This record gives sequence, structure tokens and C-alpha cells, in this order.
Amino acid sequence: MTIRTARDRAARWTFFVAALLGVIVLLGILVFLFVYGVKMFREVPVFRFLFGMVWNPDAYGQSQFGLIPLLWGSFLTTLIALLIAVPFGIASALFIAERLKGRVRVVVKTLVELFAGFPSVVLGFFGLVVLAPFISHLFHVSSGLNLLNVSLLLAFMSLPTIISVSDDALRVVPHSYREAAFALGATPWTTALRIILPAAKSGILAACMLGFGRAVGETMAVLMVAGNAPIMTKSLFEPVRTITSTIAIELGESAFGSSHFYSLFALGAVLFLITLATNLIAETLIKRERRSFML
Amino acid sequence: MSTPLLAPRAPRRKRFASNAGFILLAIPLVVFLAVIVYLFIYLFANGMPVLNWRFLTQPPTNGMTEGGILPCIVGTILVTFVSLVFSIPFGIGAGIYLSEYAANNVLTRLIRSSIRSLAGIPSIVYGLFGVALFVSALHLGLSILASGLTLGLMNLPWIISTAEESITAIPSSFREGALALGTTKWEAIRHNVLPFAFPGMLTGVLLALARTMGETAPILFTGVTYFTRELPNSPLSKFMALPYHLFALTTQHDQALKVRPIAFGTALVLLIFVLAFDAVAFAIRMRLAGANKWQV
Repeated sequence: MTIRTARDRAARWTFFVAALLGVIVLLGILVFLFVYGVKMFREVPVFRFLFGMVWNPDAYGQSQFGLIPLLWGSFLTTLIALLIAVPFGIASALFIAERLKGRVRVVVKTLVELFAGFPSVVLGFFGLVVLAPFISHLFHVSSGLNLLNVSLLLAFMSLPTIISVSDDALRVVPHSYREAAFALGATPWTTALRIILPAAKSGILAACMLGFGRAVGETMAVLMVAGNAPIMTKSLFEPVRTITSTIAIELGESAFGSSHFYSLFALGAVLFLITLATNLIAETLIKRERRSFML
Repeated sequence: MSTPLLAPRAPRRKRFASNAGFILLAIPLVVFLAVIVYLFIYLFANGMPVLNWRFLTQPPTNGMTEGGILPCIVGTILVTFVSLVFSIPFGIGAGIYLSEYAANNVLTRLIRSSIRSLAGIPSIVYGLFGVALFVSALHLGLSILASGLTLGLMNLPWIISTAEESITAIPSSFREGALALGTTKWEAIRHNVLPFAFPGMLTGVLLALARTMGETAPILFTGVTYFTRELPNSPLSKFMALPYHLFALTTQHDQALKVRPIAFGTALVLLIFVLAFDAVAFAIRMRLAGANKWQV
């Protein structure tokens, strides 16, 4: 018996340590990014990083590490992507949740889920060889590697997240809501649009937040089609540079231990905080929806 | 979701408006699915002509303008393997803890919240962390090991959440039956829960595997390289990988147009790997949904 109880205890502690690893890794990422990132401020004033309007680390003797153009690029690409993906995603989710059932539902959800794991580098390749020539031809612009291309790809990449999470949110709306609407003479369409959708609104908002997090953190697809000029992009047909692509382009060419090297970790820390905040808000929203149905 | 069953017989005009509304609603979904299908057809149509035995079994030659992609296939398999060797034991262990042992307290909430946050962190941030921790602090250098471990940290939260889900789906009566016969908690889990949760966990692992193969950002600065003459011969070697090879051929190569067919072939091989594991995972899930009432 003693051996069995000892084994039982050992199992419990082993699994506990495994679970604790999640917390340790998260803290580890936080600590490393900040410890490395902060080192850039030995040479660059914090103010010049956070509010600097120019990112030009290569200028000899007068490198500039201004966050603003990169933050602008990240938010602009993501915002335009969401302008497309949010209406598309919510409409799709509402249709899937209210109209599809059985085998068709399984097949459609499987396709959507399958696409969530689609390699982003292949999508970037597609953007480069198909979308870019198409855009440049359609709008008579010299290069299709621009804000529009990036935003279309990002919209496409965040759709599976938005659809899946919205569908979950719509499906936890209790059936009694539908029955009550039907009893009052509402059609299925009115019920879906006026009863189910509003009831699931915090869950759907969470879906949009998670879609935002997915898009703002995407690297490879963006890197391949963005054109990557670090300017304050003002038109759909101008190149754009995001935080993620800057890290990907410059980490390889910066000398280990230089301010430039550490500045990329500072960028990583900014990205980390953005996605962490996004996730925590989404989590709270999902909990709020479930609580409102007393689940 | 059986709305039509319950729907009242509305006047024809209202019924028509209702159906028309849903048809409009379906358009975005149809467009999205059509683009996905087009994407697959396009990649298969352009990649298939390049695929042959030599392409799969030979290294690139002549400045990567000829030859095959063998080192990339080998490299991708190796890093994915390393990542899973790390993340499967920890991921499933954590899944068991969260579903079987975790009390409803602050610590558990912290653990859950951390894992969900990890799942949302961009892959390039994992890449930075990998550079700082594995490449530099642990002195693994640019290597298969450093890249594999970085990928392992990234897919850990995916494996934890599917493991927890599939263990939680096993009814408590399975445990109670064993406990009533005088087993310890671990024995009950070991013999009466894990075997039934296994297919679900396997599905999660296969999906994680498929996604890991296609990841580029985490390996970009932790060990992947543009070209190596030989296949990797130690865990500390640099390596070539399918997703990075595709990236390099399209954006770094000085004859990007000339190597375009090789790029299409690389994209297709990567896609076939990813789809194959996805397909097995979904096949298992479908069977489960049919076979066991308690499992979703």
C-alpha cells in the first residue's frame, strides 16, 4: 500500500510541475524580453523609442529607433484586415450556428479549422505570386506589395479564429431564447438577427479581439507581401512595415549585443503586451457571456 | 440547433424574407470556402509537375536552381520531432493536472490564464525568446535543438488544451468505478481514464504537429539556414526546413523567377505533409464522434 500511495503522490506532483511550466514559460518570456529590451535604453532614451517618428537603425552614427511608424503599420494593417474579416466572420458564424447541422456542419467547421493551421508562409507565397500581380493589374499600380495585399491576407488568416469563436459564442445561447422568440411569432431570421446575435455579443466581441491578436502577430505572410518600407503609410497602395516584419528582417542583420539587437527585443515586448492585453480582454468577455446565461 | 423544427408557420411573405436573409448571410462563408478551395487547387496544379522522386530525394544543386529538397524535408521532420519530444510529456502532464487534480483556486486560475495567454503570443515572439534562452543563455547555438525547443514551447499550450479537453470528456463514473474497488487516484486515471482519452489526445498532438511543421518565424533565428551541403549530423547542426526554404526561394534568392517552380514544389510538399497529419487527426475525431457517446 505504501508504494502505491507514494506512486500516487509522485504522479500528482509530476503533473503539477508540468502544469506550472505554463506559468514559468510565460514569466520567462516576459523577463527575457524586458531584460533584453531595456538594455537598448542605455544608448537610446526611452522617450525617443516610444514617441520617435523615424525607424532607421542603420544610419551610421545617428540611428533612430522610433516605435511610432512600426506601431502605425501594425495597427493599420490589422484594422483594415478586421474591417473585412469581422463582417465576413460574424455572418459566416451566424449562418453556421443557425442553419447548418449534421454532416454539412461538421464538414464546414472542419474546413475552417483546417485553414486555421494553414502555413502562413504558403499564404504569403500565394499573396506574392497571385494577389500582388492581380492588385497591380487591377488598380494600375507599379507594385502589388502593399498595404492592401497585407490586409487581405491578414483578413483571410484571422477569419477562422473569428468564425470558430463566434460560432461557440452563438451556440451557448440557450435554446429557450429561440423558443421565446418563435412563440412571439418571430421568423428564424428575425430570431437570429435580433435575439441570438445580441445575446452573444460579448462572445462575438471576444472573437474579434482574438482575430485582432492573430492578425497583429502574424509575421511571415506580412513579411512577404508588405514591401516593408518603414514609412507612415497613408494609402492602400503604399508599402507598409509592421512590428513583426521588422523583427524578422533585422534580427539577422543586427550585431549581437548592439542597441539595434536589443531594440528588437523591446519591439517584441511591445508586441507581447499588445497580444497579452488582447487575450485577457477576450477571456473576460467570454466569461461574461457564459455568466449571463448562468452556465 | 433545430430551429426549423420549432419555427412557426409564418405567412409566405415573412417566410420568404427569412430564407432570403439566410441566403445573403451564407454569401461570405461561400466566398471564404471558395477561396480556400481555389488556393488548394492552385497550389496543387502548379506544384504537381515539379514533384518526382528525385525532387524528394536529392539536395539542391547549382546555387539552388536545380535539384531537390531532401535536406529541407529532413530538417523539418527533425525539428518537429524535437519539439514534440519536449511538448508531449509536459503538455499531457499539464492536461492531466488541470482536468483531474486542479482545485478551483487562484493558482489554478493563474495556470489556466497563463496557458491561454501563451497560445495567443505571436510566433515571432517565441523566436526572440528562443534566441535569448536557447541560442544564447543555454549555449545551444544555432541548431536543431534550439529551434525544436522553441517550437516545443510554442505548441505546448495547444497540446495542453486538447489533452485537458479529452480527459475532461471522460465521465466521472469511469473514475468512480475504479476508486470504489480501492485503487489510488493515479491508478484510476492510469487504467480507467487515460486509455479512453488517448484518441482525443492523439488528435491534439497530430494537429499540433501539422501546425508546427509550417511555422517559420520561431526557427528563423534559432538555427534554420539558407543552404547546407550535408544533412544535419548532430542535434547541434544548423538545418534547412521546408517553410524557410519556400520563403528564401521567393524573397532571398537572386534568381527568384527562375526558381519559382522549385518554390511551388516546396510549397506543395509542405502542404501535403500538413494536410496528411490534419486528415488523420480529423479521421480519428470523426470516428470518436460516431463511436463514443461521451466523447466529442
